[in-house]
Amino acid sequence: MNKAIESIKVSKRFGEVVALDNVSLEVNRNEIFGLIGPDGAGKTTLFRIITTLLLPDKGSMMVLGLDTHKQYRELRKRIGYMPGRFSLYQDLTVEENLSFYATVYGTTVRQNFELIADIYSHIEPFKKRLAGQLSGGMKQKLALSCALIHKPEILVLDEPTTGVDAVSRKEFWEMLKKLKEKGITILVSTPYMDEASLCDRVALIQGGKIMDVDTPRRITEKFPRRIFHVSSDEMHRLIRDLHQFAKTDSVFAFGRYVHFTGIDDEVETSELDKYLSDQKHTNVLVEEIGPGIEDVFINLMGQQ
Amino acid sequence: MRTIFILLRKEFLQLFRDRFIGRAIFAIPIVQMLILVPAITYEIRNIRICVVDLDQSVDSRNLINQLDGTSFFEIRHTSFSEMQANRLMLEGKTDLTLQIPEDFGKDIGNGNPAKLMVSVNAINASNAQLAWGYFSGVIREYNNSLIAGNTEILRFQSIPRIEVTNRYWYNETMNYKFYMLPGVLGILVAAIGFVLAGLNMVKEKESGTIEQINVTPVKKYQFIAAKMIPYLLVGLVDLALGISIGMLAFNMPFEGNPLLLFLSSFIFLIGALGLALFISTITRTQQQFMFAGFFFLIIFMLMSGIFTPFDSMPEWAREINRLNPVSYIMRINRMVMLKGATFGDIRNDILSLTILSVMFTLFAIRKYRKTA
Repeated sequence: MNKAIESIKVSKRFGEVVALDNVSLEVNRNEIFGLIGPDGAGKTTLFRIITTLLLPDKGSMMVLGLDTHKQYRELRKRIGYMPGRFSLYQDLTVEENLSFYATVYGTTVRQNFELIADIYSHIEPFKKRLAGQLSGGMKQKLALSCALIHKPEILVLDEPTTGVDAVSRKEFWEMLKKLKEKGITILVSTPYMDEASLCDRVALIQGGKIMDVDTPRRITEKFPRRIFHVSSDEMHRLIRDLHQFAKTDSVFAFGRYVHFTGIDDEVETSELDKYLSDQKHTNVLVEEIGPGIEDVFINLMGQQ
Repeated sequence: MRTIFILLRKEFLQLFRDRFIGRAIFAIPIVQMLILVPAITYEIRNIRICVVDLDQSVDSRNLINQLDGTSFFEIRHTSFSEMQANRLMLEGKTDLTLQIPEDFGKDIGNGNPAKLMVSVNAINASNAQLAWGYFSGVIREYNNSLIAGNTEILRFQSIPRIEVTNRYWYNETMNYKFYMLPGVLGILVAAIGFVLAGLNMVKEKESGTIEQINVTPVKKYQFIAAKMIPYLLVGLVDLALGISIGMLAFNMPFEGNPLLLFLSSFIFLIGALGLALFISTITRTQQQFMFAGFFFLIIFMLMSGIFTPFDSMPEWAREINRLNPVSYIMRINRMVMLKGATFGDIRNDILSLTILSVMFTLFAIRKYRKTA
């Protein structure tokens, strides 16, 4: 069976801006594949090429074995897309939106209801409400239902959890897992690094280039250094002092903590502890941790 | 076909869900017609005259009475001073000043050519022309009656003279409303659909809903057709409403075949909507569409021949008008409604209109790309 997505040296530019630069990527069938990268990295452009909304300047894009340029017609029947921005009709009700998209694809809500039953049950009580009057989390569920109603083989979700509260985000990822169990390939982009670990495989994208593709675990294992989680009472002075430490390679703030890597792996916790105590920091905490996707990301960005 | 039907149902649902627009699309043309048709008129009544009669003879009074007797003129002021008369015109209190010199009656009595002086306020050139036209008509008549009176007295055998009787064809009573109404109708029918269809399309772009439609198997022509058909129907219903109002409220005659009128309007509407949708595909926001739309609407309307006769436009303007669908429907409407033109009479106009409509619609379909 062919790959779900096969991108071969795809490039796209908008005027002077290079949105995608030689992107080659493969997504397997029935996996949750995450595209991780900051705003403006080229995630949406890549998704729009995959969903036949945009043509690449160079290279070719095959989705479900179909060329997105020449066979877009066949592909559109088999792909589901949820754009980053809520794109359903705000002046139609929940019910009307759903049945509109079902009929446009030549099917009915009842025919594929089983697929969306779980998701739709959350918004069914509000089915007579106009889509524009739903809350963010409910809009997202409606959009997902509409993208699924024609039983697509591949589902493309552009930043589905942006601007959604933490509980809804968690719920959403559980829904994606269930959809995967039903045999659907899921391609999802997110700016949240913590969501990366929920994917089967991820690609890190930055400045239109794919920096790495692997399982979240192996990506973090590739991190070359030991990493320390440091905190004290004075965050700002902590960062400044760590920068002045002779054995420092990088220092990055992560919320209330600082992630520290040394110039080599010889740096020990006790050494850092002593240095910071000498600088009169109070409540110093130094702990070795496993690297996260975010650490890898920052490291890769630094290398570029 | 089924897809178009599904899209249409969605469009109608949205159109009438907006209760304001759902009502306005029918109320606006009615109100506009009731206001515009009687308001936009070239008929001049009550031209205000200031008479400076320095003669005060029987002849001068006869002339003045004759002027006052018509419905066109109203003697608003009389004066003995030219300066005062000029001031009245300057203040905008009169439209026309008639000066009758002292010797007017004497000259007529002696058989010498008598002189009058007339000044017309020409701020509005076409009004001035009309006022002068009516005025000289009255003077001519007065002249004729003088000659007739004199010849009898002098017992001349006969004076060769030409008597003209005229008839105004296709609008016997020179009712200006009958001339304006078919024109106003053409514009109203087009403007509503043009604005609504175009805005609707741009709104889909602005709100991003078009992205979701574009990934579906809906085809370009289906989407365009679904945007066009509702406003096509609205346009035709408005046309029927407009004709009914014209006939009921203004006693509008309808000489021709209504089917022919509807057929032409149908073709015309496709053109107007095609152009609107074309503009909406090359603009990104509703504001941009309104700007571009107004550009075309205003040029097309004012050049259509609704106010200024088509034939008095310069050559280049007439060439531009070949691309103006409104100018065709303006002619067709008047020909069919006032003159009872048959298909054969307006075949060329219908043909040109069809070509334009097909062209605009193809532009819109071509330019509306699902893949950028």
